Amino acid sequence: MAGQALLSARGLTRDFRGFRAVDGVDLDVAPESVHALVGPNGAGKTTLFNLLTGFLRPTGGRIELAGRDVTGLPPERVARLGVARSFQITSLFPQLTAQEHVELALQSPSGLGWRFWRSAKLMRRYHDRAAELLDMVGLADLAHAPSEALAYGRKRALELAIALALDPKVLLLDEPTAGMGLEDVDRTVELIARVRQGRTVVMVEHNMSVVGRLADTVTVLQAGKVLVEGPYDEVRADERVITAYLGAADAAR
Amino acid sequence: MTSTVDTPADATRPAPPSGLLTVARAPGWVRYALLAAGLIAALWLPNGLYPAVAVDILCWALFAVAVDLLLGFTGLMSFGHAAFWGASAYVTGLVAIHAGLPFPAAVLAGALAAAVLAVPIGYLAVKRTGIYFAMVTLAFAQMVYYVANEWRSVTRGENGLQGVPRSLFGLDLSDDYYFYYAMLPIVLLGLAAAWRIVHSPFGRVLVGIRDNPARARALGYPVHRYKLTAFVLSGFIAGLGGGLFAVGHRFVSLDVLHWTTSGKAVVVVVLGGIGTLWGGVLGAALVVRLEDWLSFSNFEAIGLVTGGIFVLVVLLFRRGIWGSAEALARRWWTSRKR
Repeated sequence: MAGQALLSARGLTRDFRGFRAVDGVDLDVAPESVHALVGPNGAGKTTLFNLLTGFLRPTGGRIELAGRDVTGLPPERVARLGVARSFQITSLFPQLTAQEHVELALQSPSGLGWRFWRSAKLMRRYHDRAAELLDMVGLADLAHAPSEALAYGRKRALELAIALALDPKVLLLDEPTAGMGLEDVDRTVELIARVRQGRTVVMVEHNMSVVGRLADTVTVLQAGKVLVEGPYDEVRADERVITAYLGAADAAR
Repeated sequence: MTSTVDTPADATRPAPPSGLLTVARAPGWVRYALLAAGLIAALWLPNGLYPAVAVDILCWALFAVAVDLLLGFTGLMSFGHAAFWGASAYVTGLVAIHAGLPFPAAVLAGALAAAVLAVPIGYLAVKRTGIYFAMVTLAFAQMVYYVANEWRSVTRGENGLQGVPRSLFGLDLSDDYYFYYAMLPIVLLGLAAAWRIVHSPFGRVLVGIRDNPARARALGYPVHRYKLTAFVLSGFIAGLGGGLFAVGHRFVSLDVLHWTTSGKAVVVVVLGGIGTLWGGVLGAALVVRLEDWLSFSNFEAIGLVTGGIFVLVVLLFRRGIWGSAEALARRWWTSRKR
């Protein structure tokens, strides 16, 4: 299995001052699959994301991308290797327009960003591609609004457009539908279904209907460990998962 | 003692964004009118002011723009930029005295030396942010100060470097009035370079890094290397200012490396408006002019007045002079359109 996985983790562990947020996680993400990470709050999903994208260094374990050891690489290197992520808490550049965000992302691999002696107008070469991406996520008419002026759901869509601009092999989406209205959720699901063609998607998602519609494989995390892994229908029927979720729901209330 | 007093936002942080490229986004005729007004003011300056003061204003304008490149456009507050201003002043002075080169060549040598010095200092400093970055830069600047103080055989210690020549192909530039016009092209080139950097693809990345470093990294931008590059460019521009200051005064004293020089540069930028570039030029003109006027009128506590004005501006006009003017103009513009 490990041989054919595009992104894999072995014994991945991360400690925070004596608290083990991620505890010996093994993960194999098959190429061109949609792999969902689910689990109650505090299960370590976002920490796992941060480990996979280089934002956190693992305390132990190993991460491989297409057979290459990427453990401990800084986030910009991981991004350059074709792993793009969105953030759970919308993370944008407040003053830049949607268009400028996507142009900035498109420019990233080109090295154009080092040209301090050239005009920023050079970035217009990415204009058409950026417009295309914005259109794809339904932001065509908001392309020139500063991102801070966008509504929440639109910001999430912009996050997705930026991640897609990097043309990643692996797309990591941290709760892509969190806080969205039903209509936006449907649109996002459709969009992910479209962009997954030829890509591998890993997503953290709480909305089980979204997981059911998109995911090929589901990994359930609990207290930093893998509880169950398998196809959605199997995982959904699993006793341990039901207990974990109900237990967490009880504890939260 | 766990007081939960609601502290105001960190005073060193720029006020809420005044719109990063607002001038660039203003209508074309406004931009050209401002440019023309600026050039006319630059050409007129030594006729309206004591020429020596005009020379100082130009030097400080470069210094302020260099500091704003970091503070306003990269989100890094250097509290040690006197190291680059001062190092360049010494190198420029030494080259001019010992090599007898035309002064622009000596200034270029000084600025390059400042840029080289900025590499190791920047390398270590950009790994920190906020107040820690400020402290690291201050610490290095103090080191440079003490080295200059101890290395008397070269820097002449407290006596300073005397008799820095103003040679330029045999022209007589001993009069500050003529020297002003001789140095003006270099200053304009330096300012143009800063403008170009801010409005380049690189500048766009810097602003991204300033606003959201994590996001910039997720896009594949090596944040530390970008910050270091900005730091070195800023060191170079500060060095241009420092070198011209040395030639302008025909004398280099340890003051150019003193921490108060770094502090004054930050004050000038905050007064003029962080992240506005031209605000720094305006701030330099005001502070230098004011200090000259106060010292001319034998007023002893100059710091009290400039400090007082600084406090007022920070409290009342958090965007600085340029930033506030820009915000006003924009409000007027948008209300007119409706």
